[in-house]
Amino acid sequence: MPDLKITPLYNYYKSQNAKLIDFGGYLLPVQMTGIKNEHHAVRTAAGIFDVSHMGEFGVEGEGAQQFLQEMVTNDVAKAHPGDALYTAMCYEDGGTVDDLLIYCFDTNHYQLVVNAANIDKDFNWLSEHAPQSINLTNRSEQIALLAVQGPHALNSVQKITDYDLTSIEHFKFAKHVSLNGVDSLVSRTGYTGEDGLELYCPWDQACSIWNALLEKGASDGLIPCGLGARDTLRFEARLPLYGQELSSTISPLEAGIGFAVKTNKPIDFIGKQALITQKTGGLKRKIVGLEMIDRAIPRSHYKVYAGDKEIGEVTTGTQAPTIGKNLGLALLNSEWTKLGTEVDVDVRGKRKKAKIVKTPFYKRS
Amino acid sequence: MSVPTDLLYSKDHEWVKKEADGKVRIGITEFAQKELGDIVFVELPEVGAELNAGDSFGSVESVKTVSELYAPVNGVVSEINDELEDSPEFVNESPYEKAWMIELESVDESAFGQLLDAAAYEKLIG
Repeated sequence: MPDLKITPLYNYYKSQNAKLIDFGGYLLPVQMTGIKNEHHAVRTAAGIFDVSHMGEFGVEGEGAQQFLQEMVTNDVAKAHPGDALYTAMCYEDGGTVDDLLIYCFDTNHYQLVVNAANIDKDFNWLSEHAPQSINLTNRSEQIALLAVQGPHALNSVQKITDYDLTSIEHFKFAKHVSLNGVDSLVSRTGYTGEDGLELYCPWDQACSIWNALLEKGASDGLIPCGLGARDTLRFEARLPLYGQELSSTISPLEAGIGFAVKTNKPIDFIGKQALITQKTGGLKRKIVGLEMIDRAIPRSHYKVYAGDKEIGEVTTGTQAPTIGKNLGLALLNSEWTKLGTEVDVDVRGKRKKAKIVKTPFYKRS
Repeated sequence: MSVPTDLLYSKDHEWVKKEADGKVRIGITEFAQKELGDIVFVELPEVGAELNAGDSFGSVESVKTVSELYAPVNGVVSEINDELEDSPEFVNESPYEKAWMIELESVDESAFGQLLDAAAYEKLIG
């Protein structure tokens, strides 16, 4: 058993007898009261997630913007102070190092938020490429992160702050927001397909904010949620998960996040040539939505066939709680990705019929 | 955790109930359903299927995972609970009653010796 890290909510999980699993090297709960219950709470009311396992890096110094422009696929110059920008970071061959959020404080100061399992890899990758003028700091163990998501999320968080949270627009953030007396950074972002906020605060203060929100948010229907609901929520909204829809061998274009790839930005970035080639030559494979026709649930790594020909595999699959259908995302040979195309999924040795459907599976109205 | 004393149990967390007519009913335990979480899918064999102890006879799926079902004893499937197709949540709500899964006939009773009684099963899930 590798040494697992804990988040500031570890004692809370223990007090609730939550079963904890290893996720990206951290001990975290799959569920608190049940995945479906938590999922529906976020779609109809609000849920709070401890995502303190996510990594936070500071990028400071003369030329920080230029450095990030060279490292990531999105156009960092488009992010002004107070903006959060979603982007991918690629290898030369177009494979993905990670997907991340970049918070712009000013053109010489940014905060990067990366996936827990990739913290060391990303930090080393950035360090290898950083010029002398850039000061790169790994603040992952000082900064905690709580995500409050759902139609009542803002209302709940508003009860512990005087700051007008509705003034923070989608993909913007505010610094020095006092949450239950704790100096925090608050962004209008999330990973569920719902409106909501992400709250960055000092590690040792996260538990007090969590408890205050559970107490004050209860009347809004706010409940604590685990990794399971986080996964089903992001899946329905077709938000990629690194390690499944994105990896060192899956490019951001193949994963369908081309909106975060700006091959025409003025500064060359790592992976640009490979991504241009993929774009102009046409993608050989891409992530698409699958809906089962036969009675079966697709799961990660199940192979997909067209007749006898293997054409790819499922990257994520489950019975989607909001929609009630057995759905999957799959990385398939582009020839078979037209909507309505029928394919077979190998479900533990049995071929089950599925068809290609539109994504996202769920879109907030 | 509910472990009824009138049932026998397998190490794979299935329960076995002897009926008066010599048939047996099989399902999964309270412990198993709690470990799996929200059950969303149950796959059962055809009536008439012959099972040997240890054979996979179907699967239960939660939101996150798939779990195979293993026959705890030998026998021939005489009935399946097809209500579970539309109401897999019965496995969470009523694992010992509404969510019985299969009924076997022509059961080889010598296999019962391999099963655990309630006390031994409680010890297993400790």
